[in-house]
Amino acid sequence: MADASDKRIDTATGTELKGHEWDGIAELDTPLPRWWLWTFYATILFAIGYCIAYPAWPLVSDYTRGTLGWSSRGTLEQELAAREAQIAPIHKAIADTSITDLPGRPHLMQAAVEGGRAAFKVHCVQCHGSGAAGAKGYPNLNDDDWLWGGDLATIERTIVDGVRNPDHDATRQSIMPAFGRDQLLTGTQVDDLVAHVRVISRQDKPGAASQRGARLFADNCAVCHGADGKGSRTLGAPNLTDGIWLYGGDAGTIRETIWNSRQGVMPRWDDKLDKATIRMLAAYVHSLGGGEATPVEAANGAE
Amino acid sequence: MPPASGDLYEKRKGVYPKAVDGFYRRLKWAIMAVTLAIYWGTPWIRWDRGPYAPDQAVLVDLAHRRFYMFAIEIWPHEFYYVAGLLVMAGIGLFLVTSAVGRAWCGYACPQTVWTDLYQHVERFIDGDRNAQIRLAKAPWSAAKAARRLAKWGVWLAIAFLTGGAWIFYFADAPTLQREFWTGSAAPVAYGTVGVLTATTFILGGFLREQLCIYMCPWPRIQTAMLDEKSLVVTYKDWRGEKRASLKKAEAHPGDFGDCIDCNQCVAVCPTGIDIREGPQIGCITCALCIDACDKVMAQVGRPRGLIDYCTQEDAEAEKNGAPSRPILRTLLRPRTIAYAAIWTSIGAAMLFALGARTRIDIAAQQDRNPIFVRLSDGAIRNAYMVKVRNMEARPRPVRVKVEGLADARLWTDAMPRDAAAPSVTATVPADSVAKLRIFIAAPPAGPARQDFRFTVTATDREGGDAREPARFERP
Ligand code: SF4
Ligand code: SF4
Repeated sequence: MADASDKRIDTATGTELKGHEWDGIAELDTPLPRWWLWTFYATILFAIGYCIAYPAWPLVSDYTRGTLGWSSRGTLEQELAAREAQIAPIHKAIADTSITDLPGRPHLMQAAVEGGRAAFKVHCVQCHGSGAAGAKGYPNLNDDDWLWGGDLATIERTIVDGVRNPDHDATRQSIMPAFGRDQLLTGTQVDDLVAHVRVISRQDKPGAASQRGARLFADNCAVCHGADGKGSRTLGAPNLTDGIWLYGGDAGTIRETIWNSRQGVMPRWDDKLDKATIRMLAAYVHSLGGGEATPVEAANGAE
Repeated sequence: MPPASGDLYEKRKGVYPKAVDGFYRRLKWAIMAVTLAIYWGTPWIRWDRGPYAPDQAVLVDLAHRRFYMFAIEIWPHEFYYVAGLLVMAGIGLFLVTSAVGRAWCGYACPQTVWTDLYQHVERFIDGDRNAQIRLAKAPWSAAKAARRLAKWGVWLAIAFLTGGAWIFYFADAPTLQREFWTGSAAPVAYGTVGVLTATTFILGGFLREQLCIYMCPWPRIQTAMLDEKSLVVTYKDWRGEKRASLKKAEAHPGDFGDCIDCNQCVAVCPTGIDIREGPQIGCITCALCIDACDKVMAQVGRPRGLIDYCTQEDAEAEKNGAPSRPILRTLLRPRTIAYAAIWTSIGAAMLFALGARTRIDIAAQQDRNPIFVRLSDGAIRNAYMVKVRNMEARPRPVRVKVEGLADARLWTDAMPRDAAAPSVTATVPADSVAKLRIFIAAPPAGPARQDFRFTVTATDREGGDAREPARFERP
C-alpha cells in the first residue's frame, strides 16, 4: 500500500504516476474519461432493463419471460398469421374459380402455379421427386404421356381421388392381372407377349415369337391397352407404343410386369388438402411442360 | 483530475477571414455561380423520351434501376459505364492535381464552396473580420443573439435550398416539388433533405477548415501526387524576406525584402494559416492570399506576385536569378499529357461502346431439375428460362431461334405443344425484360451434351440481334 507521501506527480501533465517504471518510462494514473464511464454505466442500466423486459435467464425447467411478453416464437406466429391473411383472398379466389376457368385469368393462374410449386415441394416430392421427374413406378409429370389424361380438370381429379386408393370408392381404378403368377398364361406365352410389346414399341423387329404374342395380346390385353397397344385413359392403361415407360421398357422389366402385374398407388388428397391447394397443385403440374388443353366437353360440363 | 497543463490537442483558434477582392476572388465567384447553376438547373431540363420513359434529361431512377442522361440510358447490367465515369473522374483529378495542385480543394470542393458562401453571409450579418472577432468575444446579449439567429437562419435556408435540391436528381422534379410541399412525397425524400440540410449547415457553418485539415483524406492523397512541377501557391521568400514595416524599410533601403509584414495574407486565409511559413497541408490553394498581397504590393508600388502560383522548380530557379515563367507554360509536361491521354482514351472508348451497344439482349438458363425429359415420341426435351431484354422505350417484336441444334423444335408454355416450330416469337414490352419459358425438343440421337446458341432477332424495322450460348443434354 502506497501512502500519500509516496504519490508522485508528473510535472508535465500534473497527473499522478502509477509508481512503476520500465526502462525510464513511467505510467500515468490517468482517470477514465467521464463520457466513457457514463456510457459504461448506461450500458449496465440498459442490460438490467433489458433483462427485466425481455426473456433473459434460463431456469431449471423454464426461463424468465420478461415483462413485455415478447418471444421469438410469438413473433414468428404473428408473421405467419400476417402472411396467411395476405394470401387468404388469393386462395379463396382460386378455390372459387373452376380449374377450367383458371387459364382465362392469367393473374390467378400465375399465383396458382407458384402456390402449387410450393405445395408440391411439401406433399408430392416424396414420390414424384423435387423436379417432378418421377422414378421407376412413379410417373414423370414433366412429359407428355398421361395415364389418366393431362388436362387441368383430369389432373385435378387424379389428385382429389388418388389412384387405386383402397379406402376410396371414387378413386382411379385399373387392375392389370398378374398373368404369370395367377397362371393365366404360361411362361412361353408371357415371353411371346414380351416379344410383341417390344415390337409395337419399335424396340425389336417382328419374328415368330412376336407373331404368336400378337394373337395372345388380342385375346388378353387389347381389352385395356387397345388393339394397337395405344392404351386407354378411361382405364388408366398405359400406351405401350410410345417411348415412355413407367417401370421400364427392357424385356426383363416387361416380363416382370406381365408376370406379376403392377399396382401403383397414389393417395387421395381431398381429405388432407383444401380445395385451393389441390387446384394449385393441378395448375403447377399442368405447367411443367406436358399439360394438355382441356377437352371441349369437359370445359362445358365442369362443375 | 483534469491535466494541470498541456492539452493533448491544440484548441481550435477561430478563423475570421477578411473580405478580399481580386482576380482569383472573382474567379471563385464565377465558378460558384456556374456550378450552382448547373446543380440547380439540371434536374429541370426536360427530354422527350416518348410515352414509355420519364422525360427528365438527367435522372437516377433507383426504383426502376435506370440511369438517364440526355440521349443515354444506362441499365443496371451496363454499370461499367458508371465505373468508367468514376475512373475518368479519378484520372481527371490526377490530371488537375498534377497540373495545378489542390485546385479541386480551392475552387470546386463543395466544402470550400459552401464555407465560402457561408462566410459571405457571416460578413454580411456580423461585419468583416474585426467586427466578427469583437462579436465572438462579446458576452451574450440580445443583440448578439439576434445576429446569431439571423446568421444561422440564413445558413439553414441555404443548406435547405442547396442540399434539398439533390433529391430532384432521383425523381421527376416538378412532380416531386409539388409532392414535397404538399407533404405527400416519399419519406426518404424528406429524410434526404433533412440529412443534407443538417450536414451542410454543420460542415459549412461550424466545421469549415477543420474538415479540410483533419477529416478529409484527400489532402493527404493529393499532396502525394504533387511534385516540384505542380503549380502551388508559393510565397517567394527570397523576394519577401527579411520582412519589415514600410517605415523601417524606407529608413534602411536595401536591407529588407518586399514583404511589409502587413499580415493581410494571413487575415484573408480561410484555413487560418500563414503561407509565408512555406507550403503546408492546411493550404487549399484558394489563392485569396495572392489577391490580398497583390493589392498590398500595388498600394506600396512594388511588383505583384510576392505570393503567386508557382511551381517549386520555378521557385528554385527564380531564387537563383532566372526570370519567372508564365503560368500556362508550366501546365504542359509529360505527366499531365500522359494523364490527359489516358483520360481522353477512356472517354473515347466509352463513347464508342455507347454508340455500338445493342439494344436487345438475351440470357438463357437451363432447367436443372429434371435436366431432360423423354417425350412419348421418343424425343428429348430440355427446358430453359430465357430472358429477352428490350432496352428501347417501345415494345418490340422478337424471334427466338436456336443455332447448332439439328431438328430442334421450340415452344413456350404460352402455346400448345403442336405449334412447336424452329423458332418462337414474342413481344417484349418497352424497357423491360420478357421471361420466356422455352421448351426445346430434339431427336434422342446425338451427343449427351451439345452446345448450341440461342439467338434473338428484333423483327421490326430497326432490327438488331444477340446470341447466348446454351447446352442441350440427353440421357
Ligand atoms: S494560404 Fe493562401 S491559398 Fe492557402 S488557403 Fe490560405 S489563402 Fe488560400
Ligand atoms: S500580404 Fe504580402 S506583404 Fe502583407 S504580410 Fe502577406 S506576404 Fe507580406
